[in-house]
Amino acid sequence: MAEFQNFTMNFGPQHPAAHGVLRLVLEMDGEVIQTADPHIGLLHRATEKLAESKPFNQSIGYMDRLDYVSMMCNEHGYVLAIEKLLGITPPVRAQYIRVMFDEITRILNHLLWLGTHGLDIGAMTMFLYCFREREDLIDCYEAVSGTRMHATYYRPGGVYRDLPDTMPRYQPSKWHNEKDVARMNAAREGTMLDFIDDFTDRFPGRVDEYETLLTDNRIWKQRTVNIGVVSPERAKALGFSGAMLRGSGVEWDLRKKQPYEVYADVDFDIPVGVNGDCYDRYLVRIEELRQANRIIKQCVKWLRENPGPVILDDHKFVPPSRVEMKGDMESLIHHFKLFTEGYNVPRGEAYAAVEHPKGEFGCYLVSDGANKPYRLKIRAPGFAHLSAMHEMVEGHMLADVVAVIGTQDIVFGEIDR
Amino acid sequence: MKKRYKALAASIAARFSDAVQQVESSCGEVTFDVSLDRLLPVCTALRDEDEFGFEILIDLCGVDYLQYGKSEWQTESATDSGFSRGVNREVVIPDPVAGYDPRRFAVVYHLLSVQNNHRLRLRVYTGEANPPLVPSVVDIWSSANWYEREAFDLYGILFRGHPDLRRILTDYGFIGHAFRKDFPLSGNVEVKYDEEQGRVVYQPVSIEPRTLVPKTIRDDNRYSPDIKEPGGNG
Repeated sequence: MAEFQNFTMNFGPQHPAAHGVLRLVLEMDGEVIQTADPHIGLLHRATEKLAESKPFNQSIGYMDRLDYVSMMCNEHGYVLAIEKLLGITPPVRAQYIRVMFDEITRILNHLLWLGTHGLDIGAMTMFLYCFREREDLIDCYEAVSGTRMHATYYRPGGVYRDLPDTMPRYQPSKWHNEKDVARMNAAREGTMLDFIDDFTDRFPGRVDEYETLLTDNRIWKQRTVNIGVVSPERAKALGFSGAMLRGSGVEWDLRKKQPYEVYADVDFDIPVGVNGDCYDRYLVRIEELRQANRIIKQCVKWLRENPGPVILDDHKFVPPSRVEMKGDMESLIHHFKLFTEGYNVPRGEAYAAVEHPKGEFGCYLVSDGANKPYRLKIRAPGFAHLSAMHEMVEGHMLADVVAVIGTQDIVFGEIDR
Repeated sequence: MKKRYKALAASIAARFSDAVQQVESSCGEVTFDVSLDRLLPVCTALRDEDEFGFEILIDLCGVDYLQYGKSEWQTESATDSGFSRGVNREVVIPDPVAGYDPRRFAVVYHLLSVQNNHRLRLRVYTGEANPPLVPSVVDIWSSANWYEREAFDLYGILFRGHPDLRRILTDYGFIGHAFRKDFPLSGNVEVKYDEEQGRVVYQPVSIEPRTLVPKTIRDDNRYSPDIKEPGGNG
């Protein structure tokens, strides 16, 4: 009989469970993983170097394309770093809008995570359920920014424009008759805030539906309990953040501990895991869905009661409105300077971090006083998580690799940058 | 700067007086320059001593200060013909045989303490060594592993004691260090499929470098802090 030695297996980069372009070189002993060596960089676009060659505002759109399932949170980190260096604070209404959209983005991200994680380890229905709710939130993105994914909505000094008074509606077609369309448009008759409010009423019931399918599901538990266990000490040493750190039992959330924008004024709880396995991280993220929903509801209430400006009125950073520009020489000059040259940011360096759905998303910005960043370093949470891949899968079976990739919530846009 | 951060800065300056030097910050962050030969003991103490407790290395990155503070478009003196669209692009300097400017490359560490809830930034200049060489902090924080590989890949900074210093983000067989300021934005080579040879080939890049918006540094009164106050003419 022939003796089988360890053999090396190539997982990806074109594998549906690799969540993008991950190439994983696995050394296997039978079906047990000995070493895992992730090869990354297949999606490397040098976002940081591109940002060095453009005025500050022109790179906001690149941030959307980093973690392309939580677009506005990326913009938030970048915009906060610029604001920190400029020493400006956006109006309170803009801060509430940002918090609301950060939480909408968190739901978007976690729904995609839940759908694909489920799909990877055998729960096919989840994918369809999650995308049903994502559709509504993506419509909010569209209503506010004009695009369904890459919004470019946040600006240093506020947000691009105020929330719209109407929601886009479905039209009758050969697939949907008048009656169907009327039912689908029922929540869309009022303003955007009415629509979001309606969503927050519906959503907790939907989360219950997901939990009915998964939380006590025997197959789900067999695939996740005691898989990829990380102790709190190791989680910290490996640079984990977000749900990965909380799943291991470390109570740490930037929204609570180092609050930015108006997180100090809204009421929410931080879920923390116990065992640090895939199942705990699943429970943490499910609870984060409910908490995000709670924050959105509070923001909607505040935003309804408090109209006001959504961006600073300082035309050294913020372009004047078109109407002003057409009639006022000073505004025309500001407009011209801002769009040909941009604004200069004082010399110095700043690090601004947000609690991104995946963990701590930070931007380290070095400015030499010019109209472009001198150096921009993006601290992507997924990069640190993926670097722990070997430690998390060593000794597990091949099929568990898929569960661990899923639980790390990996998106290659941000890891490769 | 918040009181808490002032206290942290003071205690670090006192504890490591011979190894660190504080850097001024306009936005309330604590930054220290650490001397290269004392990096490891300082980092170990920052992680282990309860007063500091920096158990997470949140980020590590390289910085190339080659063109720091250099404008591409001089606008200080007026001319009869006005300003042209011309841009003074830095001439690409090949790697010097001897040493670098000792303040050209730096490695920047961002530390986070979960137990004390504070942050710290350390910066260490690599000195004249060519290639730049810094001791690795992998044994202190495991997360440094990939970050150091990235800094090596993009800036060519070597980390002494790193277990597996390979390229991480760029292509297999990539030549050069892409984020250095003397590396062109469009790169040096492009790839295409060659019909005759029936394979993908590398060739020198065919894109003309161009600058759409020149880098300008303004230090006229629009940017002086006292005129930005309400009621000023700015």
